Amino acid sequence: MSTTSPAGAVGRPLPRTEGEAKVAGHAPYAYEQPVRDPVYLHPVLSTVARGRVVAVETAEAQERPGVRVVLTHENAERLARTGDREFAVLQEPVIAFRGQIVAAVVAETPEEARYAASLVRVQERAEEHDVVLTQGHPRLYRPGEEAAPGADSEQGEPDAELERAEVVLDRTYRTPMEHNNPMEPHTSIALWEDSGQGHLTLYDSTQGPHTVRETLSGVFGLDPGQVRVVSPHVGGGFGSKGSPHAHNVLAVVAARALPGHGVKFALTRQQTFSLVGHRSPTIQRLRLGADRDGRLRAVVHDSEEHTSTVKEFAEQSAVCSRTMYAAPHRRSTHRLTALDVPIPFWMRAPGECPGMYASESAMDELAHELDMDPIELRERNEPERDPQSGRPWSDRSLLRCLREGAERFGWHGRDRRPRARREGDWWVGTGVAAAFYPHVVIPGSQARIEYASGCYTLRIGAADIGTGARTVLGQIAADALEVPVERVRVEIGDSSLPQASVAGGSSGTSSWGSAVVAAARAFTEEHGAAPGEGARAAATTPEETVAEDHAVYSFGAHFAEAWVNDDTGEVRVPRMYGLFSVGRVINPRTVRSQLIGGMVMGLSMALHEHSVVDERRGLVVNQDLAQYHVAANADVAGVQAEWLEQSDTRATPMGSRGAGEIGIVGTAAAVANAAHHATGVRVRELPLTPDRFLVETGP
Amino acid sequence: MKPFDYTRAHDPASAVQTVAEEPGARYLAGGTNLVDHLKLGVAAPEHVVDVRGALDETVTELEDGRIRVGAAVSNSALAAHPLVRSRYPLLSAALLAGASGQLRNAATTGGNLLQRTRCPYFQNTTTPCNKREPGSGCSAREGHGRDNAVLGVSQECVATHPSDMAVALTALGAEVRVLGPEGERGVPMPGLHRLPGHRPEHDTVLEHGDLITAVDLPALPLAARSTYRKVRERASYAFALVSVAAALQIREGVVADVRLALGGVAHAPWRAHHAEQVLRGEPATEEAFRAAADAELAQARPGADNAFKVPLAVNTICATLRSLTTQEDR
Repeated sequence: MSTTSPAGAVGRPLPRTEGEAKVAGHAPYAYEQPVRDPVYLHPVLSTVARGRVVAVETAEAQERPGVRVVLTHENAERLARTGDREFAVLQEPVIAFRGQIVAAVVAETPEEARYAASLVRVQERAEEHDVVLTQGHPRLYRPGEEAAPGADSEQGEPDAELERAEVVLDRTYRTPMEHNNPMEPHTSIALWEDSGQGHLTLYDSTQGPHTVRETLSGVFGLDPGQVRVVSPHVGGGFGSKGSPHAHNVLAVVAARALPGHGVKFALTRQQTFSLVGHRSPTIQRLRLGADRDGRLRAVVHDSEEHTSTVKEFAEQSAVCSRTMYAAPHRRSTHRLTALDVPIPFWMRAPGECPGMYASESAMDELAHELDMDPIELRERNEPERDPQSGRPWSDRSLLRCLREGAERFGWHGRDRRPRARREGDWWVGTGVAAAFYPHVVIPGSQARIEYASGCYTLRIGAADIGTGARTVLGQIAADALEVPVERVRVEIGDSSLPQASVAGGSSGTSSWGSAVVAAARAFTEEHGAAPGEGARAAATTPEETVAEDHAVYSFGAHFAEAWVNDDTGEVRVPRMYGLFSVGRVINPRTVRSQLIGGMVMGLSMALHEHSVVDERRGLVVNQDLAQYHVAANADVAGVQAEWLEQSDTRATPMGSRGAGEIGIVGTAAAVANAAHHATGVRVRELPLTPDRFLVETGP
Repeated sequence: MKPFDYTRAHDPASAVQTVAEEPGARYLAGGTNLVDHLKLGVAAPEHVVDVRGALDETVTELEDGRIRVGAAVSNSALAAHPLVRSRYPLLSAALLAGASGQLRNAATTGGNLLQRTRCPYFQNTTTPCNKREPGSGCSAREGHGRDNAVLGVSQECVATHPSDMAVALTALGAEVRVLGPEGERGVPMPGLHRLPGHRPEHDTVLEHGDLITAVDLPALPLAARSTYRKVRERASYAFALVSVAAALQIREGVVADVRLALGGVAHAPWRAHHAEQVLRGEPATEEAFRAAADAELAQARPGADNAFKVPLAVNTICATLRSLTTQEDR
């Protein structure tokens, strides 16, 4: 799989530089940073979904030993900027969702803080709430440009074409509310030192220290120079740590009330279910019009989702149908309804992930309708250029992924008929789905390289959220400097390092790596191959990195084998195979880990993940890992990811494209398609729980 | 969590004396459930008495052929014990179907029996729950009902008992040894766990101060051919949607004897007496299994969210008995 000269570091499966320290427990995460005089914060959350805080009685909590301060909307500092209402923490007695911060206790131990928080009496006045997304919800609206640029898109005459088409498929698919559950919950330590103008240090579990610094300095009216955000290691985020959330603001409010103390705040797993984002449920209607030979004439993809009343967020689920297949007539739309729910936010491949579940399920249904191999159907609809922009593809390798993937998975000779293969008590089937992900480079990251004592130190305020970014940036720098990777030291995870964009949208390595290559080139130009002690150079991610005249995307193909128990409806997936086109692979070990991680999360979405909403109480009922099921070891039997040997220099100077999210795109459709092939039961709502197969195939 | 005193008991009698005298005292063994409750505010004892070191952690064969399991025997150790694996395969299978390896190492036999429902409303102190706060109402009845019980439910409570081990012990007819302020007694299974009725706050028939010291497994040759089938959406580390513990003895194609218990369907591990009765003396066929299962589930009162548990329980009973039949033929 290696795609580089043997001399280079790029292409080698180097282990993570901090891997050993992490495994041994020596790598300090945000919450483990040593601070003087630590105190502990525990929040009090609203227990109604909409209403007002009438009164907060804090006396009993305040009298507990060890309690330093009890914060409410009455005594919390007035924030400088609250235009983004997610950050308007304890500013007014309004409750916009269940699980909102309405008070907080800071005490000398976490136990004291937690107990005292339980003694804060919050009198709430409940108002009528609405937390359930229904199809055609009366308050659906078209989202604003900020939340969903180009919410609607139309080409040709899709309605007329659907009337004329020989075969029309009209299906509605649903995905539930889902929550990110990184191993490390969201944590912060906030330290406010009030000498001079004051200085804030925030140790934070984040995907972007600079993003946090910029946001919080605005919220508190501080100069960015007064704020430092440190985040050396992050135990997963999947998007939920891509921006600060209310808990960061609360930690800082508490810190400013207690100068000189490190205020430590680790969200409980339960608290993460209302405070750090979730994936909106989606109701997606897919209409495909095709000729009898499988050529798509029209594609209409309409997605309905929820957002919160606090802040608008649109899951852009229908965007995938603008790019995937050739069809002269197409439309895609997004509609939101603002419910009394916590604020939705990024969850791995927001938009593409639920969208491709729906559209790739629909393609499978169309293939079944036409009695055609689903790979063949996709072959018939391969667009020569990007249907949306009309631009030529930089590297559209979808068909290669499907065809070569089919070979490696053992697709050929598959009996297309559903419910045709049985092993003991199990029905067995296989399914396929396509994957894609846009290539994103965020401009503005800066890398600095300094030479001292034979060692090149690369500094950039990037974040390694478990992806291997620290290791990979070292490999990129080593090759660009033409020095052995052992001589490169990488410093990341601190806003005092040069500006860097967020680790999100699969853009990290592309954005930061481009800056690293530019900095290395500048360094070599200035200092040559034998730099003097203290030699340094810096450069910024160029604006024109991505070839604007091409459509740049990653592609992939997922294959899955599903077993469905005839007696119980249990679904097991013993085999998953993904073949991807992600440009040049800089580190096979960490890329493989990203791809199989995405596939496992996609399997988890297909079979398990579902935040159950109690509509009467406005509550997510299953708020812990015993009840919110994610795929565990026994569910993940055989997952294999491979990639095509390629290089796409239109995408980045390294030839690479992002690989963090494509693994989860389309995965759930492959599993659902396999379950249909196994049983003949088409489930159009995730997750694929046993009862859905039991009811329809049972006696 | 509320601050509490902690003491370590050195023998069962003194532990019982301490707890019986203090209404706010609670026993702690493996801590896999109580510690969660302390953090969540579901339990707020004033005094926690750690009995793990005070209780027997051995498995011994008694003179009459019964097996005595000390209350402090860990779930992992019990599952792996040669006597259990050979004589009571259903018990070993049930234990291994529960929780995770780490939890099974920490959890004890006595504690496993006394673990409390995982009903999400019971575990969330911001919602009404008759079991947690008598008289406050049942949130699960009208709320998220997928995990609710279908058998033996009451207006006040639809919670299920979460233990797998207890389902196997119920099928076996084990006897729980209990030390109370008045001395020692045996409590048969089924019989330890109650149905909710009007007092769902009481999971079992035990009184405050009672301490489980051991579990006696009867000499039951029938159990050598037995199994446990747990149905769940996740392949491990999940509570049962429905589970079946079964032992079957067939002579010349006819069911000579059978033991059947269900998990995930009721406030207590559910001994399927009706089904057993229907089956005894019948030919060991799919039709007879289904008739027996239908007879047992005829009393089910599911809601909309958990209606699937009824056909699921029927199918799982059939599948489990079928698998034992095949075993018999080998």
